[in-house]
This record gives sequence, structure tokens and C-alpha cells, in this order.
Amino acid sequence: MHGLANPARFLRFARWLTPLCLGLGLAVTTGALAYGLLGAPADRLMGETVRILFLHVPAAWLGMAGWMTIAGASVTELVWRHPLAAIAARAAAVPGAVFTAICLVTGSIWGRPTWGTWWVWDGRLTSMLVLLFLYFGYIALSDVARRDGGNGRVAAIFGIVGAINVPIINRSVVWWNSLHQPPSITMGKSAIDAAFLWPLLAAAIGFTLIFAGVVLARMRAILADAQAEARLRRKAMVSDPFEALA
Amino acid sequence: MAAIKAKHQRLVLLVVALVVVLSAGILAAWALKSQASYFYVPSDIVAVPPVATRTVRLGGMVEKGSLKTAPDGVTIHFVVGDGKARVAVEFAGIVPSLFVEGSGVVAEGRMRPDGVFNADNLLAKHDENYVPREMQQMTKDQAKKVVAETQ
Amino acid sequence: MREALDQWDFVLAAYAVGVLGTLGMIAWSWLSMRRAEKRRDESRKR
Repeated sequence: MHGLANPARFLRFARWLTPLCLGLGLAVTTGALAYGLLGAPADRLMGETVRILFLHVPAAWLGMAGWMTIAGASVTELVWRHPLAAIAARAAAVPGAVFTAICLVTGSIWGRPTWGTWWVWDGRLTSMLVLLFLYFGYIALSDVARRDGGNGRVAAIFGIVGAINVPIINRSVVWWNSLHQPPSITMGKSAIDAAFLWPLLAAAIGFTLIFAGVVLARMRAILADAQAEARLRRKAMVSDPFEALA
Repeated sequence: MAAIKAKHQRLVLLVVALVVVLSAGILAAWALKSQASYFYVPSDIVAVPPVATRTVRLGGMVEKGSLKTAPDGVTIHFVVGDGKARVAVEFAGIVPSLFVEGSGVVAEGRMRPDGVFNADNLLAKHDENYVPREMQQMTKDQAKKVVAETQ
Repeated sequence: MREALDQWDFVLAAYAVGVLGTLGMIAWSWLSMRRAEKRRDESRKR
């Protein structure tokens, strides 16, 4: 892990891993979603709307996984002062927020024909909306830290504390009576028929690869920005002797 | 040596902070246990009947064979149960397409003095089971066989 | 009275949101990465 602390070493493998993750992820996701849309059977009660599952569930998983990435990287940043961990935490914020938003919108579109309403304030839906707002807060905090040249410690602490919401989202349908259904997949058991489960897992793998590819691309972008800024600053100091003396 | 010590200090501090935050969150969730529920189950309603002026949500299973349409074609009557208690419900309006007997429902409305729940709004609650349409026509044994084969 | 909605409208709307959102995110992250790396490489040359 410490081998990756070196930006040059990170870039050497990120250069080929980024397009690989994105390309493979796009291929797997396209296949899974095409099958989900055209090949998978209709559900006994839900009918055709069951197909939304193949988008909604991976998006929900990645929305939560994105925050766990932020929290894990923030711990690494604070404890081990790992320079790439800070970049990884910031890089996971936008894809995490996008997947959370996709989860909320597709869930709402599923809810209208299934439940008979676009939105209810039950435990699961509310805690997922809170996650989206936490993402907005984190993005704003880490942007301010970067622009003002701060060390981003406030954002890291926010990322760690905000992780408390993830188990709440996960358990909300068990702790409280909610309109959202309880978990279908629990410890080695699934209430989802194999005809839906396999395309769902394939879509989850595909979206996870896309998520990884986007995080790598964001890391490379943030790293390149930092390197370019550092270089410009150094150059300004050399060319302006008064600046250098000050 | 000093660097390692500082690292350990940060780690210990972080673990302590995490434990505090986690327990605070769990305590808050625990305290919300009754408040954050989206609906009452029939046993709650029967144990402590809500006053007729208060809008509450009642959630449970639509009992098999209890759904009846009144002669006007709009008003329906059915019974919501949770295995322990049962509540009769009256509703007039458009029902969601997934509202069927033996499935979950959340009814928004008021408890009438005569013990019937007068619903203004119905929401269908889907359960965690996803079963292809073709499989419901099979007998249980056939379905089990298909499931065993595909696994 | 039972509600009768065309389920395919909802399915297609959800897929449009999911696919466009994902593709937009990929395109944005890829292009902004390329732009940032180009800017860095140019600052090295000068």
C-alpha cells in the first residue's frame, strides 16, 4: 500500500488501469442492462417495472460504497498522512453523489407505478436523501480547503463522521416500519429469483468497474492539477526575485 | 521513533472518536425507534386506538378473501392484519395497481368511532421477493424444481 | 377503480436517467482528466 504513496508509481499503473476499468465496466454494464431491459422476465406482481432494479440497486450500493471510500481514505489520510489518500477521498465524492442521485431518481420512478407515490418520508428514503446532502456538503468542504490552500482536515473529519449514515441506511428497513421493502439479499440468502439475480450481479460488477475507473480518472485529474499549480508557483518565485525574497 | 509514536497517537484518538460518534448514532437511532416508523401495524392501532381527528398510517397485509367492492363500484372494504390483530378499512378512490389480497398495504386516514379505518389514500407495499411471472402459474413443487435447477 | 399505468414509460424513463447520468459522469471525469494532464505536461515543457 505504501508503494502507491509515490505519485509517479501510482500514475504508472493508473495510466492503463483507468481506461481498462472504464472500458470493461461499460461493456459489462451495457450487456447486463440490455439483458435486463429485453431478456429478463416480468415480475409476478411488479410486471415490467422490475427492470428498474438492475439500475437502482447497484446505484444504491455504490452510493453507500462511495461514502465508505471517502471515510476509509480519510482515516488513512489523518492517521498515516498518506498523500494519495486525501486525493482518493476527494475523487470518490462526485461519482458517489452521482450514483446516490441515480438511486433516488430511479427509485422514485419505480415507486410511482409500484407503491402509487413518487416519494414518501420513510426511514430508507429519508436516510438516502441525507446521504446525497452529505455528499454536497463534503464536495463543498473539500473544494474550499483546496482553494484556500488548507489541508482538508475538516473535510476528512466530516467524511468519517458522515459514515454513521451508511449503517443507518442499511438498517433503516429493519429498525423502522417503512414503505421500502426489507433487504432481499442477506447473508448467503436471496429472495430474488435467479432470473433477476444474475443480471443484477452482472450490472453491479459493471457499475463497480465504472465507479473505480471514474475514481482513478478523478485522482489523476486532481494530482495533475496539484502538480501544475506547484510548478507554476515555483516558476513565479524564480522569475520574480522580490517574490522570492519576500 | 517519534514519528511512529505520533502516528499511534492519532490512530488511538481517531478510534476513540469513532467509537463515541458510532455509539451516539446508534443511541439516536434507538431513541427514534418508535418515532421514525412510517406506519402503525394493526396491533398498535388496536392496543392504543388513535383519536378520530388524527391522521395516521396503518400498514399490514390485505387479508385473503376480505376485499369487497361496494355496489357503487368505487368504495372498497378490506381487512388489514399483521398476524396478531385485524383492522377493517374502507376506501373510496383509485387503488394502485399493485394493491392485491395477500400483499402489503399502507393506508393513510383516520380511525372512525365505529372501529373502521377510513382511508383517504392507499399505497401498495412491495415485499422483498422477486419472482418471474411465468413461475407463479407452476405448482409450488415445479417452481422449487426450476429454482433448484437454475441455482 | 384500479390505476392502469403503462409500465414501460417508467422503465424507459428510469433507464434514460441511469444511462445518461452514468455516461455523462464518465465523459466529464475522462475529459477533465485529459485537460488537467495536458496542462501539467505543458507547464513542464515551458
